[in-house]
Amino acid sequence: MNMIAPRRNRLVLVGNGMAGARALEEILQRAPGEFAITVFGAEPHGCYNRIMLSPVLAGEKTFEAITTHPREWYEQNDIELIAGEEVVSIDREARLVVGANGTTRPYDALILATGSNPVVIPVPGHKLPGVISFRDIADVDLMLQASRTHKRAVVIGGGLLGLEAANGLARNGMDTTVLHLMPTLMERQLDPVSAGLLKAELTRRGMTVLTEANTKAIIGEDRVTGVELADGTMLQADLVVMAVGIRPNTTLAKSAGLDCGRGVQVDDGMRTSDPAIYAVGECVEHRGAVFGLVAPLYDMAKILADRITRTAESVYEPAVTGTRLKVTGIDMFSAGDFTGDDLTEDVVFRDAARGVHKKLVIRDEKLIGAVLYGEAKDSAWYFDLIRNGTDISDLRDTLVFGPSVGGGEAPGVESLPDTAEICGCNGVKKGTILTAISQHKLTTVDAVRARTKASASCGSCTCQVEALLAHALGSDFDASPKIKAVCKCTALGHDAVRAAIRAQQLKSIPAVMQALGWTTPDGCASCRPALNYYLLCEWPAEYRDDSRSRFVNERMHANIQKDGTYSVIPRMWGGVTSAAELRAIADVVDKYDIPTVKVTGGQRIDLLGVRKEQLPDVWRDLNDAGMVSGHAYGKALRTVKTCVGSEWCRFGTQDSTAMGIALEKMTWGSWTPHKTKMAVSGCPRNCAEATIKDFGAIATEAGWDLYVGGNGGIKVRVTDLLAKVTTEEAVLEYAAAFMQLYREEGWYLERTAPWVERVGIDHVRSVLADPAQRASLQARFLESQRYAQQDPWAERAAGAEAHEFQPLAVVS
Amino acid sequence: MIGVWTDVGALEDIPRLRSRVVTTAEVDIAVFRTADDKVFALHDRCPHKAGKLSQGIVHGDSVTCPLHNWVIGLADGQAKEPDEGCSRTVPVRVENGRILLGMDAT
Repeated sequence: MNMIAPRRNRLVLVGNGMAGARALEEILQRAPGEFAITVFGAEPHGCYNRIMLSPVLAGEKTFEAITTHPREWYEQNDIELIAGEEVVSIDREARLVVGANGTTRPYDALILATGSNPVVIPVPGHKLPGVISFRDIADVDLMLQASRTHKRAVVIGGGLLGLEAANGLARNGMDTTVLHLMPTLMERQLDPVSAGLLKAELTRRGMTVLTEANTKAIIGEDRVTGVELADGTMLQADLVVMAVGIRPNTTLAKSAGLDCGRGVQVDDGMRTSDPAIYAVGECVEHRGAVFGLVAPLYDMAKILADRITRTAESVYEPAVTGTRLKVTGIDMFSAGDFTGDDLTEDVVFRDAARGVHKKLVIRDEKLIGAVLYGEAKDSAWYFDLIRNGTDISDLRDTLVFGPSVGGGEAPGVESLPDTAEICGCNGVKKGTILTAISQHKLTTVDAVRARTKASASCGSCTCQVEALLAHALGSDFDASPKIKAVCKCTALGHDAVRAAIRAQQLKSIPAVMQALGWTTPDGCASCRPALNYYLLCEWPAEYRDDSRSRFVNERMHANIQKDGTYSVIPRMWGGVTSAAELRAIADVVDKYDIPTVKVTGGQRIDLLGVRKEQLPDVWRDLNDAGMVSGHAYGKALRTVKTCVGSEWCRFGTQDSTAMGIALEKMTWGSWTPHKTKMAVSGCPRNCAEATIKDFGAIATEAGWDLYVGGNGGIKVRVTDLLAKVTTEEAVLEYAAAFMQLYREEGWYLERTAPWVERVGIDHVRSVLADPAQRASLQARFLESQRYAQQDPWAERAAGAEAHEFQPLAVVS
Repeated sequence: MIGVWTDVGALEDIPRLRSRVVTTAEVDIAVFRTADDKVFALHDRCPHKAGKLSQGIVHGDSVTCPLHNWVIGLADGQAKEPDEGCSRTVPVRVENGRILLGMDAT
């Protein structure tokens, strides 16, 4: 027999949705490195939180915000992600999966997490363009596109998914009609009374709801134009969303010959009829049941991971699930059996004026079901009673009023037992959260979320997690999350700190910390640079810059690179250079053996790979040729990018190069809350890309259009028009005033783009439109420049801060 | 085992809340001085991506790595939660205003 090198077991996951990704997490937790893992996903990106598609549609969240596993996650965990390729067949003999593009991967264990497909009613016209389902982010994009160009939407299906789609479309300005086959909305989650309240609320929001509406045909030639109902009613429609339900996706499993009923059949250990193949999530049928909510999927993922890693012989037991409706502003919850029968008794509470309806179903002195509409804050308590089968005879009198009746204050989570489940999606119990809070000294919801996953999926339990934090921390909990604290050393926000610096004439970092009750002796790497900037901005003549509170790049006046060397970028005014400067740069490169010379995006030259101890000598040589620091490393004025303008260009209307140089000469050396970039274009063709800069000027025949608050980078933002001016003096005046307003109002590390969005462009425009305010801002800017325009390179080349560049000692 | 104590300079050679480097044949050692004149020494490598801790911002008895903001305890070299990892500590003491590093005997 040949010797075979030991290899890791190969695990292939088909389906990159929430169930699949969670299964991987659980497996990695139990047996990191045991498997060589490959993931096939039909969608062309990492895993995202499908439950949160409705907030994306409603414009409340971005796709990035609901992405749970970006591509880096797969890289970090050494997982091969094949995104955008569907698996089309499984060769069970050879233990091989085959993708649509022909990719094959062998497996020792295979997990199917193929999810479900939306049910499409095969009425005439169901294949017309403009008829879509609501299942993935591509559907959301289609709906958002349609809402921009079309007016009328019809949603077929008045269940959870359909109503979320309808709400999102209405929020995007479409006339939206919901068609529901049954007499009441969401009949599987709501009793008729709550369903009636819900219908009234949706109508109040401008939607039309038609119940007992049986779709007969979808009408249209090249694209949908309407919907015909069985009773002859004709509705106009430019978009039809079918959201009548989901069906387990068994295509792949069936073609591989695995046992399938409604779904892929699995045993209690999530194994299919082939012992090498597991299945998890919505594609699964277990003991005859199929699944559509997230909580059971996550439970399955745990069992699967136990089994596949041979950690435990655990068994999947279906549990009662609860539902919350994620239509903003509608508080609703249902769980268990709320229909009742001859052996059950109902307890009902109704307050029509407040739109509150609660129905509790009791059998043998135990709560077996609940519907809460209009007020669902006690849902966790009721859910706990249902799942534990608690005897409620003693509570019965006041059961409908919740756990804290007579207590006066709102009930809240403190009255729940430790076993109560707070986060239904992730199955996180109250006790688990409290333990995490005390063990790891957690103080924010984000920290709790990171530790325990509580509120990490649909987010509807966020306020309960917050309440638990408040309860556990007592007065240490800052209940005003609206104000973003500077850092964890203080509860104060940026504006409060700046106001105190001004009002109390605080002029050093220790003085600020002392006066404002900092909780740490000398702050941290977040607040010290912020305070240093705020003091510098407030007291330009008096404050002595604290280099120890500067991030390394600003202390070294060069950019640290990943290998610990630095990059050096001399200033190149308006992007204009000369033979003498280029020759001097070339000489420096040769003399100091600098490995890489690169032209930057800001029209300058970058010398990369300079060692720390070489920096002062490199700077001295550049200084000698007339060059100064480009501040390419600072929260400061970086470049002023220009086009060649009217001096050379046949389209140019003004001398943009000279304008750019004048701007750079005025603003260089200034410290700002974050880096600041400018550009000047000589005509509206805008070759200098001035509309994605912090401050941009574009020449017109009449003068200059001034733009502010733009940004390239991660989140592109196009500038807003600030003003139209006619002279170069006015450009400089506006630029100086804008810089100073940003310097005085922007929070440390806040670029102009988010600052403008936070305070509003109207505010910026109105301050700068006032000649008196503009003049005084300009004067303050120019005054502070008197102290700021010292070349830091020249100072250090002359010997300043020498300890930064030389080792303390060399020991051989 | 500490073989020898090596004099690497005066306490005053390092500003408060700063660090300076001692280079040896094998490694760079970052020597830190806190606001209250405590002195610590660590290998000048963040456990994350080997960032130069000597270039970080010193606060309390910790330093924040300049590359990705990991916070490393100066006394034990341990990364603060939620990060995990450790930079090697080097024995150090101050005598008569001189900083002495404990070098391996080997």
